[in-house]
Amino acid sequence: MNRLDPLVLGIETSCDETGIGIVRGTTLLSNTIASSMEEHARYGGVVPEVAARAHLEELVPAIHAAVAEAGIRLTDLDAIAVTSGPGLAGALMVGVGAAKALAVALGKPIYAVNHLVGHVGADLLRNGAEHADEPLEYPTIALLVSGGHTSLLLVRDLVSDVELLGETIDDAAGEAFDKVARILGLPYPGGPEIDRAAQGGDPRAIRFPRGLSRPKDMALHRYDFSFSGLKTSVARWVEQRQDAGETVPIADVAASFREAVVDILLTKAVAACVDLGVPRLLLGGGVIANARLRALAEERTTAAGIALRIPPLSLCTDNGAMIAALGAQLIIAGHEPSTLGFGADSTLPVSEIQV
Amino acid sequence: MLLAIDTSAGTSVAVVDHRGHVLAERSTDDTMRHAEVVGQLIEDCLREAGLDAGALTGVVGGMGPGPFTGLRVGIAAARVFALGASRPFLPVISHDAIAWGRYQAGHTGGLLIVTDARRREVYWSAYSGSDAAGLPVRSDGPGVAKPDVLLGEDWAHARLPRFDAAAVSAGELGRVAARRLFEGHPFAADEALYLRSPDVTISAGPKRVSR
Ligand SMILES: [Zn+2]
Repeated sequence: MNRLDPLVLGIETSCDETGIGIVRGTTLLSNTIASSMEEHARYGGVVPEVAARAHLEELVPAIHAAVAEAGIRLTDLDAIAVTSGPGLAGALMVGVGAAKALAVALGKPIYAVNHLVGHVGADLLRNGAEHADEPLEYPTIALLVSGGHTSLLLVRDLVSDVELLGETIDDAAGEAFDKVARILGLPYPGGPEIDRAAQGGDPRAIRFPRGLSRPKDMALHRYDFSFSGLKTSVARWVEQRQDAGETVPIADVAASFREAVVDILLTKAVAACVDLGVPRLLLGGGVIANARLRALAEERTTAAGIALRIPPLSLCTDNGAMIAALGAQLIIAGHEPSTLGFGADSTLPVSEIQV
Repeated sequence: MLLAIDTSAGTSVAVVDHRGHVLAERSTDDTMRHAEVVGQLIEDCLREAGLDAGALTGVVGGMGPGPFTGLRVGIAAARVFALGASRPFLPVISHDAIAWGRYQAGHTGGLLIVTDARRREVYWSAYSGSDAAGLPVRSDGPGVAKPDVLLGEDWAHARLPRFDAAAVSAGELGRVAARRLFEGHPFAADEALYLRSPDVTISAGPKRVSR
């Protein structure tokens, strides 16, 4: 096996994207994604069984497409990497079963990895991107925000030392966007819809609550998030206007809601950087596509003297390339492959980088 | 030489030669650990048969019917193994493997195969007998039903001798495939037999939070 620049295929099926990525070391060769998002739109959120069925149908075409795009043969691979968790159990199992079969068929080692740590690993794949030659420095704080997770991590080393500082105690931030979009009569997925609706709205029009920010919450949940109270508060505000026969100022509600989410995310992320003396913040997850989040992150980190890193957006959403990248880093660091008995772990702790 | 994988009940993996001899078979009845065990069972079977993937001529997948979460693991593994080994994927209906086993054991004539579908339902397939090649001839199904439907006097297949199976043998699955190949019979459609729609309810819109 090439341990300096390993050629790795990564399989990611933790939520609604079937991701197949191929990397050589830190060079991205393919980031193939088949999403079942449209099938979930009529339900207003990801339906696990629908996602799992879609993974089964998309896997083989996605592997074909990735191999073709990368211009390699499967037999050239040094290893297979796969998401073991966290995520939707039934969806993860499809990827785990497939990855093991591929590894045995090819006689290649397999690396079962943590999805959240994969989001951090995405930052290593920067061919052609800005700051391409500045490697990720440690330690770094990582804020990972998507429809499935909202987590704040302290990464001392990508392959050996990742600690969970905090996470959402109820809804993920992306879920809050979906739910508030529904309240406002907007379609799924909510993130881009809220963004569009917020254009021209006043983010200070309505002061929606920032979850877990009061002193007693901060004592217990300093780096945790909560979005369900915010969602309820938006719903109540909208209902009051409707009951009074007034028009709901959608742009103001959307802008004010988005500001509440983005504000609390960055307040806590920057606080973690300051408290722990870590002047680096990395963002990951599908919600990073939100322009207001990126703009406020720039503003707040610049003011606090924190270096901000945002991987290319195509690598922020769930994808197999980040899983392959993490697998490659484990190989480069000399880690042994996973044994074939691992499973899908829907609640895999972030400290378990490799299973 | 065929590799066969079935996860429609427990997990079963086998290597079968073109004449239908089972060279290796490994199974577990555990209906919760398909993803954990499937890789090791494949590796163990290949080792016991003394083969590597290159010696295979095809990969057989049990398409169900079976409870979804487990069923998918075997189909994903079989399809992707076939891709990795550059060999054809050969889909077989899992109930056909059970029926084959009964006919091989001497059963003749009509037969009803029944397996657990969870949620207080069963999967069933009706067979009229076996053909000249010994392959079971499915006359109806697979279907899913409440158990008492099958017990009703007026149900179409109520009179067939019934066999309830708790496991599906990949060895039998592989032998069905080997015989089909030998006879030039077509394989099943390459689609998972869930026989149920995903349970989801279309949202009626947001619920009121204030009273
Ligand atoms: Zn993710």
